[in-house]
Amino acid sequence: MKKTIFSFVLTAAGLLASSVSMAQSASQDDRLYRAFGEKTGLVSLMDDFIARLLADPRTGRHFQPANQQHVKEQLVEQFCALSGGPCVYKGADMKSSHAELDITKSDFHALVEVLQLSMDARGIAFGRQNQMLALLAPMHRDIITLP
Amino acid sequence: MNLPFQTLLLAASAAWLVTSAQADTGKLLLTSGVSTIEGAAGGGLSPWAVIGSNATQGEVGGSAYATHAGTQDYGLLVYGATLGFHDRFELSIAQQDLNTRGTGTALGLPGLHLKQTIVGAKVRVLGDAVLNSDTLMPQVAVGVQFKQLGSTGLDATLDALGAKRGGTDVYLSATKLLLSQGLLLNGTVRATKANQNGLLGFGATLGGNESSYRLQPEVSVAYLLSKNIAVGAEYRFMRNRLENAGRAAGLGNGLRAGDWKDVFIAWAPNKNFSLTLAYVDLGVIVPATTGGRKQTGYYLSAQASF
Repeated sequence: MKKTIFSFVLTAAGLLASSVSMAQSASQDDRLYRAFGEKTGLVSLMDDFIARLLADPRTGRHFQPANQQHVKEQLVEQFCALSGGPCVYKGADMKSSHAELDITKSDFHALVEVLQLSMDARGIAFGRQNQMLALLAPMHRDIITLP
Repeated sequence: MNLPFQTLLLAASAAWLVTSAQADTGKLLLTSGVSTIEGAAGGGLSPWAVIGSNATQGEVGGSAYATHAGTQDYGLLVYGATLGFHDRFELSIAQQDLNTRGTGTALGLPGLHLKQTIVGAKVRVLGDAVLNSDTLMPQVAVGVQFKQLGSTGLDATLDALGAKRGGTDVYLSATKLLLSQGLLLNGTVRATKANQNGLLGFGATLGGNESSYRLQPEVSVAYLLSKNIAVGAEYRFMRNRLENAGRAAGLGNGLRAGDWKDVFIAWAPNKNFSLTLAYVDLGVIVPATTGGRKQTGYYLSAQASF
Protein backbone atom coordinates (compact mmCIF):
# COMPACT_ATOMS: atom_id res chain seq x y z
CA MET A 1 0.00 0.00 0.00
CA LYS A 2 2.78 2.46 0.90
CA LYS A 3 4.49 1.67 -2.35
CA THR A 4 1.34 2.26 -4.42
CA ILE A 5 0.60 5.60 -2.76
CA PHE A 6 4.20 6.59 -3.25
CA SER A 7 4.21 5.75 -6.95
CA PHE A 8 0.91 7.57 -7.38
CA VAL A 9 2.28 10.74 -5.75
CA LEU A 10 5.45 10.47 -7.80
CA THR A 11 3.53 10.14 -11.07
CA ALA A 12 1.29 13.09 -10.23
CA ALA A 13 4.32 15.22 -9.27
CA GLY A 14 6.08 14.31 -12.50
CA LEU A 15 3.08 15.24 -14.63
CA LEU A 16 2.72 18.57 -12.84
CA ALA A 17 6.42 19.38 -13.16
CA SER A 18 6.49 18.68 -16.89
CA SER A 19 3.39 20.80 -17.44
CA VAL A 20 4.96 23.74 -15.60
CA SER A 21 8.04 23.67 -17.79
CA MET A 22 5.81 23.47 -20.88
CA ALA A 23 3.80 26.48 -19.73
CA GLN A 24 6.98 28.48 -19.17
CA SER A 25 8.52 27.77 -22.56
CA ALA A 26 5.26 28.62 -24.34
CA SER A 27 5.15 32.15 -22.94
CA GLN A 28 8.67 33.06 -24.06
CA ASP A 29 7.95 33.22 -27.78
CA ASP A 30 5.31 34.46 -30.19
CA ARG A 31 4.12 31.08 -31.50
CA LEU A 32 0.67 31.55 -30.02
CA TYR A 33 0.43 35.06 -31.52
CA ARG A 34 1.30 33.65 -34.93
CA ALA A 35 -1.17 30.78 -34.53
CA PHE A 36 -3.88 33.40 -34.07
CA GLY A 37 -2.90 35.07 -37.36
CA GLU A 38 -1.05 38.00 -35.79
CA LYS A 39 -2.72 41.43 -35.78
CA THR A 40 -4.93 40.81 -38.82
CA GLY A 41 -6.09 37.48 -37.44
CA LEU A 42 -6.88 38.99 -34.04
CA VAL A 43 -8.88 41.83 -35.61
CA SER A 44 -10.97 39.32 -37.60
CA LEU A 45 -11.38 37.17 -34.50
CA MET A 46 -12.67 40.12 -32.45
CA ASP A 47 -15.04 41.26 -35.22
CA ASP A 48 -16.59 37.80 -35.07
CA PHE A 49 -16.43 37.61 -31.26
CA ILE A 50 -18.17 40.93 -30.63
CA ALA A 51 -20.89 40.09 -33.16
CA ARG A 52 -21.52 36.78 -31.40
CA LEU A 53 -21.41 38.33 -27.93
CA LEU A 54 -24.08 40.83 -28.97
CA ALA A 55 -26.24 38.13 -30.57
CA ASP A 56 -26.09 35.71 -27.63
CA PRO A 57 -28.83 36.50 -25.08
CA ARG A 58 -26.54 35.42 -22.23
CA THR A 59 -23.81 37.94 -23.06
CA GLY A 60 -25.59 40.50 -25.23
CA ARG A 61 -27.02 42.53 -22.35
CA HIS A 62 -23.51 43.16 -20.99
CA PHE A 63 -22.04 44.28 -24.30
CA GLN A 64 -24.89 46.27 -25.89
CA PRO A 65 -24.37 49.35 -23.68
CA ALA A 66 -20.60 49.34 -24.23
CA ASN A 67 -18.58 51.27 -26.80
CA GLN A 68 -18.14 48.21 -28.98
CA GLN A 69 -15.41 49.60 -31.21
CA HIS A 70 -13.38 50.48 -28.12
CA VAL A 71 -13.94 47.05 -26.54
CA LYS A 72 -12.85 45.39 -29.78
CA GLU A 73 -9.62 47.39 -29.98
CA GLN A 74 -8.85 46.68 -26.34
CA LEU A 75 -9.40 42.97 -26.85
CA VAL A 76 -7.08 42.91 -29.86
CA GLU A 77 -4.37 44.66 -27.82
CA GLN A 78 -4.90 42.38 -24.86
CA PHE A 79 -4.86 39.12 -26.82
CA CYS A 80 -1.85 40.34 -28.80
CA ALA A 81 0.12 41.10 -25.63
CA LEU A 82 -0.93 37.87 -23.90
CA SER A 83 0.02 35.66 -26.82
CA GLY A 84 3.54 37.07 -27.14
CA GLY A 85 2.85 39.60 -29.90
CA PRO A 86 4.49 43.06 -30.18
CA CYS A 87 1.79 44.90 -28.23
CA VAL A 88 1.43 46.44 -24.81
CA TYR A 89 -2.03 46.42 -23.32
CA LYS A 90 -2.68 49.96 -22.09
CA GLY A 91 -6.39 49.63 -21.35
CA ALA A 92 -8.13 49.61 -18.01
CA ASP A 93 -7.35 46.75 -15.66
CA MET A 94 -9.89 43.95 -15.53
CA LYS A 95 -11.04 44.71 -12.01
CA SER A 96 -11.99 48.36 -12.48
CA SER A 97 -13.42 47.82 -15.97
CA HIS A 98 -15.90 45.23 -14.66
CA ALA A 99 -16.58 46.62 -11.18
CA GLU A 100 -19.83 48.33 -12.21
CA LEU A 101 -21.21 45.25 -13.97
CA ASP A 102 -23.17 42.33 -12.54
CA ILE A 103 -21.24 39.33 -13.81
CA THR A 104 -21.75 35.80 -12.53
CA LYS A 105 -19.56 32.77 -13.03
CA SER A 106 -22.22 31.50 -15.43
CA ASP A 107 -21.81 34.71 -17.49
CA PHE A 108 -18.05 34.20 -17.54
CA HIS A 109 -18.50 30.62 -18.78
CA ALA A 110 -20.93 31.86 -21.45
CA LEU A 111 -18.28 34.30 -22.69
CA VAL A 112 -15.71 31.50 -22.86
CA GLU A 113 -18.14 29.41 -24.92
CA VAL A 114 -18.76 32.28 -27.34
CA LEU A 115 -15.01 32.81 -27.67
CA GLN A 116 -14.58 29.11 -28.43
CA LEU A 117 -17.15 29.42 -31.23
CA SER A 118 -15.29 32.40 -32.67
CA MET A 119 -11.95 30.61 -32.47
CA ASP A 120 -13.52 27.58 -34.16
CA ALA A 121 -14.88 29.84 -36.89
CA ARG A 122 -11.38 31.26 -37.42
CA GLY A 123 -10.01 27.71 -37.73
CA ILE A 124 -7.72 27.99 -34.71
CA ALA A 125 -6.52 24.58 -33.53
CA PHE A 126 -8.05 23.28 -30.29
CA GLY A 127 -4.68 23.05 -28.53
CA ARG A 128 -3.90 26.70 -29.37
CA GLN A 129 -7.36 27.75 -28.20
CA ASN A 130 -6.69 26.14 -24.84
CA GLN A 131 -3.32 27.88 -24.51
CA MET A 132 -5.07 31.20 -25.01
CA LEU A 133 -7.89 30.27 -22.62
CA ALA A 134 -5.32 29.28 -19.99
CA LEU A 135 -3.92 32.84 -20.17
CA LEU A 136 -7.39 34.38 -19.92
CA ALA A 137 -9.09 32.12 -17.36
CA PRO A 138 -7.33 33.51 -14.24
CA MET A 139 -9.00 36.88 -15.01
CA HIS A 140 -12.21 35.35 -13.63
CA ARG A 141 -11.05 36.60 -10.21
CA ASP A 142 -11.38 40.22 -11.36
CA ILE A 143 -14.22 39.87 -13.89
CA ILE A 144 -16.81 37.94 -11.87
CA THR A 145 -18.46 40.44 -9.55
CA LEU A 146 -21.36 38.39 -8.17
CA PRO A 147 -20.87 35.41 -5.87
CA MET B 1 -36.39 1.95 3.17
CA ASN B 2 -37.61 1.46 -0.33
CA LEU B 3 -34.46 2.13 -2.32
CA PRO B 4 -35.65 2.31 -5.94
CA PHE B 5 -38.29 4.72 -4.64
CA GLN B 6 -35.55 6.98 -3.26
CA THR B 7 -33.85 7.05 -6.65
CA LEU B 8 -37.10 7.98 -8.31
CA LEU B 9 -37.73 10.69 -5.73
CA LEU B 10 -34.31 12.25 -6.26
CA ALA B 11 -34.67 12.10 -10.03
CA ALA B 12 -38.11 13.69 -9.78
CA SER B 13 -36.91 16.47 -7.48
CA ALA B 14 -33.98 17.09 -9.81
CA ALA B 15 -36.39 17.44 -12.73
CA TRP B 16 -38.63 19.73 -10.71
CA LEU B 17 -35.78 21.97 -9.55
CA VAL B 18 -34.47 22.20 -13.05
CA THR B 19 -37.76 23.08 -14.70
CA SER B 20 -38.72 25.53 -11.95
CA ALA B 21 -35.33 27.26 -12.21
CA GLN B 22 -35.67 27.45 -16.01
CA ALA B 23 -32.26 25.81 -16.16
CA ASP B 24 -30.00 28.75 -16.86
CA THR B 25 -27.10 26.74 -15.62
CA GLY B 26 -23.70 27.47 -17.06
CA LYS B 27 -20.73 25.18 -16.66
CA LEU B 28 -18.34 24.48 -19.50
CA LEU B 29 -18.70 21.23 -21.44
CA LEU B 30 -17.43 18.11 -19.69
CA THR B 31 -16.11 20.10 -16.72
CA SER B 32 -18.39 18.32 -14.28
CA GLY B 33 -17.14 14.93 -15.41
CA VAL B 34 -19.59 12.07 -15.86
CA SER B 35 -21.41 9.82 -13.37
CA THR B 36 -19.43 7.10 -11.60
CA ILE B 37 -20.91 3.69 -10.90
CA GLU B 38 -21.38 4.91 -7.31
CA GLY B 39 -23.32 8.02 -8.32
CA ALA B 40 -20.73 10.72 -7.55
CA ALA B 41 -19.51 12.91 -10.41
CA GLY B 42 -16.11 11.91 -11.72
CA GLY B 43 -14.81 9.38 -14.13
CA GLY B 44 -16.49 6.00 -14.52
CA LEU B 45 -14.91 4.13 -11.61
CA SER B 46 -13.51 6.90 -9.43
CA PRO B 47 -15.04 10.08 -8.00
CA TRP B 48 -13.43 13.45 -8.77
CA ALA B 49 -13.44 16.74 -6.86
CA VAL B 50 -15.86 18.23 -9.41
CA ILE B 51 -19.50 18.82 -8.44
CA GLY B 52 -22.10 17.09 -10.62
CA SER B 53 -24.67 18.82 -12.87
CA ASN B 54 -24.28 22.00 -14.95
CA ALA B 55 -24.90 24.28 -12.00
CA THR B 56 -22.22 26.81 -11.21
CA GLN B 57 -22.18 29.53 -8.52
CA GLY B 58 -25.69 30.61 -7.53
CA GLU B 59 -27.37 27.79 -9.47
CA VAL B 60 -28.97 24.41 -8.80
CA GLY B 61 -28.79 21.60 -11.33
CA GLY B 62 -29.31 17.91 -11.67
CA SER B 63 -28.36 14.90 -13.70
CA ALA B 64 -29.59 11.38 -14.22
CA TYR B 65 -27.79 8.45 -15.79
CA ALA B 66 -27.83 4.77 -16.63
CA THR B 67 -24.75 2.58 -17.02
CA HIS B 68 -24.24 -0.98 -18.14
CA ALA B 69 -21.02 -2.97 -17.82
CA GLY B 70 -20.60 -6.49 -19.10
CA THR B 71 -17.65 -8.82 -18.45
CA GLN B 72 -17.03 -12.52 -19.16
CA ASP B 73 -19.07 -13.69 -16.17
CA TYR B 74 -21.00 -10.72 -14.81
CA GLY B 75 -23.34 -7.92 -15.84
CA LEU B 76 -23.71 -4.69 -13.87
CA LEU B 77 -26.58 -2.26 -14.36
CA VAL B 78 -26.47 1.07 -12.56
CA TYR B 79 -28.89 3.97 -12.63
CA GLY B 80 -29.04 7.05 -10.50
CA ALA B 81 -29.34 10.78 -10.12
CA THR B 82 -27.31 13.69 -8.82
CA LEU B 83 -28.15 17.16 -7.57
CA GLY B 84 -25.55 19.94 -7.65
CA PHE B 85 -25.88 23.07 -5.53
CA HIS B 86 -23.88 26.21 -6.39
CA ASP B 87 -20.95 24.11 -7.61
CA ARG B 88 -20.34 23.50 -3.90
CA PHE B 89 -22.47 20.55 -2.71
CA GLU B 90 -23.45 17.36 -4.45
CA LEU B 91 -26.05 14.79 -3.44
CA SER B 92 -26.24 11.53 -5.33
CA ILE B 93 -27.99 8.21 -5.36
CA ALA B 94 -27.09 5.09 -7.29
CA GLN B 95 -28.80 1.76 -7.59
CA GLN B 96 -26.50 -1.09 -8.63
CA ASP B 97 -27.71 -4.47 -9.87
CA LEU B 98 -25.09 -7.16 -10.39
CA ASN B 99 -26.24 -10.15 -12.39
CA THR B 100 -24.09 -12.97 -10.99
CA ARG B 101 -24.99 -15.39 -13.83
CA GLY B 102 -22.91 -18.61 -13.48
CA THR B 103 -21.58 -17.68 -10.05
CA GLY B 104 -25.10 -17.60 -8.61
CA THR B 105 -25.88 -20.93 -10.23
CA ALA B 106 -22.65 -22.47 -8.90
CA LEU B 107 -23.63 -21.31 -5.39
CA GLY B 108 -27.03 -22.96 -5.75
CA LEU B 109 -28.64 -19.53 -6.22
CA PRO B 110 -29.57 -19.40 -9.92
CA GLY B 111 -30.72 -15.97 -11.06
CA LEU B 112 -28.94 -14.26 -8.15
CA HIS B 113 -28.83 -10.48 -8.52
CA LEU B 114 -26.91 -8.47 -5.93
CA LYS B 115 -28.46 -5.04 -5.45
CA GLN B 116 -26.70 -2.21 -3.73
CA THR B 117 -27.93 1.31 -3.04
CA ILE B 118 -25.43 4.12 -2.56
CA VAL B 119 -26.39 7.51 -1.19
CA GLY B 120 -23.56 10.00 -1.54
CA ALA B 121 -22.69 13.55 -0.58
CA LYS B 122 -19.71 15.63 -1.62
CA VAL B 123 -18.53 19.11 -0.78
CA ARG B 124 -15.98 21.18 -2.65
CA VAL B 125 -13.56 22.43 -0.04
CA LEU B 126 -11.36 24.70 -2.14
CA GLY B 127 -10.09 25.58 -5.58
CA ASP B 128 -11.46 25.70 -9.09
CA ALA B 129 -10.20 22.87 -11.27
CA VAL B 130 -10.83 24.75 -14.51
CA LEU B 131 -10.38 28.51 -14.22
CA ASN B 132 -7.32 28.78 -11.94
CA SER B 133 -5.03 27.90 -14.82
CA ASP B 134 -2.16 30.04 -13.50
CA THR B 135 -1.63 27.89 -10.42
CA LEU B 136 -1.15 24.19 -9.77
CA MET B 137 -3.57 24.29 -6.85
CA PRO B 138 -6.23 21.66 -7.59
CA GLN B 139 -9.91 21.67 -6.76
CA VAL B 140 -10.33 19.62 -3.58
CA ALA B 141 -13.47 17.90 -2.33
CA VAL B 142 -14.42 15.45 0.39
CA GLY B 143 -17.20 12.95 -0.01
CA VAL B 144 -19.06 10.22 1.79
CA GLN B 145 -20.95 7.23 0.40
CA PHE B 146 -23.46 5.26 2.45
CA LYS B 147 -23.78 1.81 0.92
CA GLN B 148 -26.40 -0.81 1.60
CA LEU B 149 -26.49 -4.24 0.00
CA GLY B 150 -29.96 -5.67 -0.37
CA SER B 151 -30.94 -8.95 1.29
CA THR B 152 -30.54 -11.98 -1.01
CA GLY B 153 -29.91 -15.71 -0.89
CA LEU B 154 -26.24 -14.80 -0.45
CA ASP B 155 -26.84 -13.43 3.07
CA ALA B 156 -25.95 -16.71 4.80
CA THR B 157 -22.66 -16.94 2.87
CA LEU B 158 -21.77 -13.33 3.72
CA ASP B 159 -22.60 -13.99 7.37
CA ALA B 160 -20.39 -17.10 7.36
CA LEU B 161 -17.50 -15.05 5.95
CA GLY B 162 -18.13 -12.32 8.50
CA ALA B 163 -18.91 -9.70 5.85
CA LYS B 164 -21.43 -6.97 6.70
CA ARG B 165 -24.12 -5.84 4.25
CA GLY B 166 -23.70 -2.12 4.86
CA GLY B 167 -20.75 0.22 4.95
CA THR B 168 -19.63 3.81 4.60
CA ASP B 169 -16.82 5.07 2.35
CA VAL B 170 -15.14 8.42 2.91
CA TYR B 171 -12.92 9.97 0.26
CA LEU B 172 -10.77 12.97 -0.53
CA SER B 173 -10.32 13.99 -4.17
CA ALA B 174 -8.10 16.52 -5.88
CA THR B 175 -8.76 17.46 -9.52
CA LYS B 176 -6.70 19.72 -11.75
CA LEU B 177 -7.27 20.66 -15.37
CA LEU B 178 -4.00 21.68 -16.99
CA LEU B 179 -5.86 23.87 -19.44
CA SER B 180 -3.08 24.75 -21.86
CA GLN B 181 -2.25 21.04 -22.16
CA GLY B 182 -5.90 19.93 -22.20
CA LEU B 183 -5.02 17.39 -19.52
CA LEU B 184 -7.13 16.60 -16.48
CA LEU B 185 -5.60 14.81 -13.50
CA ASN B 186 -7.42 13.41 -10.51
CA GLY B 187 -6.24 11.66 -7.39
CA THR B 188 -8.63 10.20 -4.84
CA VAL B 189 -7.91 8.48 -1.55
CA ARG B 190 -10.77 6.40 -0.21
CA ALA B 191 -11.20 4.97 3.28
CA THR B 192 -13.35 1.88 2.91
CA LYS B 193 -14.15 -1.59 4.20
CA ALA B 194 -15.88 -2.70 1.02
CA ASN B 195 -15.30 -5.96 -0.86
CA GLN B 196 -15.59 -5.33 -4.61
CA ASN B 197 -17.05 -1.87 -3.98
CA GLY B 198 -19.56 -3.36 -1.50
CA LEU B 199 -21.26 -5.75 -3.91
CA LEU B 200 -19.69 -8.61 -1.91
CA GLY B 201 -20.29 -6.94 1.44
CA PHE B 202 -17.95 -5.12 3.76
CA GLY B 203 -14.91 -6.69 5.40
CA ALA B 204 -14.59 -10.25 6.67
CA THR B 205 -13.79 -11.93 9.97
CA LEU B 206 -13.34 -15.57 8.94
CA GLY B 207 -9.66 -16.52 8.64
CA GLY B 208 -8.44 -13.27 10.21
CA ASN B 209 -9.87 -9.84 10.89
CA GLU B 210 -10.30 -7.83 7.67
CA SER B 211 -12.89 -5.46 9.04
CA SER B 212 -10.97 -2.26 9.57
CA TYR B 213 -10.88 0.79 7.32
CA ARG B 214 -8.07 0.86 4.76
CA LEU B 215 -6.95 3.62 2.46
CA GLN B 216 -7.21 2.87 -1.25
CA PRO B 217 -5.81 5.30 -3.83
CA GLU B 218 -7.48 5.94 -7.18
CA VAL B 219 -6.02 7.83 -10.14
CA SER B 220 -7.69 9.23 -13.28
CA VAL B 221 -6.18 10.98 -16.28
CA ALA B 222 -8.20 12.50 -19.11
CA TYR B 223 -7.07 14.27 -22.25
CA LEU B 224 -9.35 16.63 -24.15
CA LEU B 225 -9.29 15.81 -27.86
CA SER B 226 -11.78 18.57 -28.58
CA LYS B 227 -14.36 20.65 -26.71
CA ASN B 228 -16.69 17.70 -26.49
CA ILE B 229 -14.53 14.57 -26.58
CA ALA B 230 -12.23 13.34 -23.82
CA VAL B 231 -10.22 10.13 -23.64
CA GLY B 232 -8.63 8.80 -20.51
CA ALA B 233 -7.76 6.04 -18.12
CA GLU B 234 -8.43 5.19 -14.50
CA TYR B 235 -6.85 2.94 -11.91
CA ARG B 236 -8.63 2.09 -8.69
CA PHE B 237 -6.72 0.07 -6.13
CA MET B 238 -8.85 -2.50 -4.40
CA ARG B 239 -7.86 -4.39 -1.30
CA ASN B 240 -8.03 -8.16 -1.48
CA ARG B 241 -10.10 -8.60 1.68
CA LEU B 242 -11.96 -11.85 1.12
CA GLU B 243 -9.11 -14.15 0.09
CA ASN B 244 -8.22 -15.30 3.61
CA ALA B 245 -11.87 -15.80 4.52
CA GLY B 246 -12.29 -17.84 1.33
CA ARG B 247 -9.27 -19.96 2.19
CA ALA B 248 -10.62 -20.58 5.70
CA ALA B 249 -13.89 -21.65 4.07
CA GLY B 250 -11.99 -24.20 1.97
CA LEU B 251 -12.13 -22.25 -1.32
CA GLY B 252 -8.37 -21.80 -1.71
CA ASN B 253 -7.79 -18.42 -3.30
CA GLY B 254 -11.26 -18.56 -4.82
CA LEU B 255 -12.40 -15.23 -3.31
CA ARG B 256 -9.34 -13.26 -4.38
CA ALA B 257 -9.88 -9.72 -5.73
CA GLY B 258 -7.82 -7.40 -7.90
CA ASP B 259 -7.58 -3.71 -8.79
CA TRP B 260 -10.07 -2.06 -11.17
CA LYS B 261 -8.97 -0.12 -14.24
CA ASP B 262 -10.41 1.26 -17.44
CA VAL B 263 -9.70 3.29 -20.54
CA PHE B 264 -12.57 5.50 -21.69
CA ILE B 265 -13.85 7.91 -24.27
CA ALA B 266 -16.52 10.43 -23.29
CA TRP B 267 -18.52 12.46 -25.77
CA ALA B 268 -20.76 15.41 -24.93
CA PRO B 269 -22.56 16.56 -28.11
CA ASN B 270 -24.10 19.33 -25.98
CA LYS B 271 -24.32 20.43 -22.35
CA ASN B 272 -27.32 18.27 -21.59
CA PHE B 273 -26.12 14.90 -22.74
CA SER B 274 -23.02 12.73 -22.63
CA LEU B 275 -22.09 9.19 -23.58
CA THR B 276 -19.13 7.31 -22.12
CA LEU B 277 -17.72 4.11 -23.55
CA ALA B 278 -14.97 2.23 -21.75
CA TYR B 279 -13.00 -0.95 -21.72
CA VAL B 280 -12.84 -2.18 -18.13
CA ASP B 281 -10.60 -4.67 -16.38
CA LEU B 282 -12.01 -5.50 -12.95
CA GLY B 283 -9.46 -8.17 -12.08
CA VAL B 284 -10.79 -11.47 -10.80
CA ILE B 285 -14.21 -11.54 -9.11
CA VAL B 286 -14.94 -14.78 -7.22
CA PRO B 287 -12.40 -16.77 -9.28
CA ALA B 288 -13.69 -19.95 -7.56
CA THR B 289 -16.73 -19.96 -9.81
CA THR B 290 -15.36 -18.19 -12.89
CA GLY B 291 -12.35 -20.36 -13.75
CA GLY B 292 -10.00 -17.72 -12.34
CA ARG B 293 -10.72 -15.51 -15.37
CA LYS B 294 -10.01 -11.81 -15.33
CA GLN B 295 -13.23 -9.89 -15.74
CA THR B 296 -12.76 -7.59 -18.71
CA GLY B 297 -15.38 -6.06 -20.93
CA TYR B 298 -17.31 -2.99 -21.93
CA TYR B 299 -18.83 -0.13 -20.00
CA LEU B 300 -21.43 2.15 -21.55
CA SER B 301 -23.00 5.09 -19.75
CA ALA B 302 -25.51 7.73 -20.82
CA GLN B 303 -26.08 10.88 -18.79
CA ALA B 304 -28.51 13.76 -19.05
CA SER B 305 -27.71 16.89 -17.06
CA PHE B 306 -29.07 20.36 -16.46
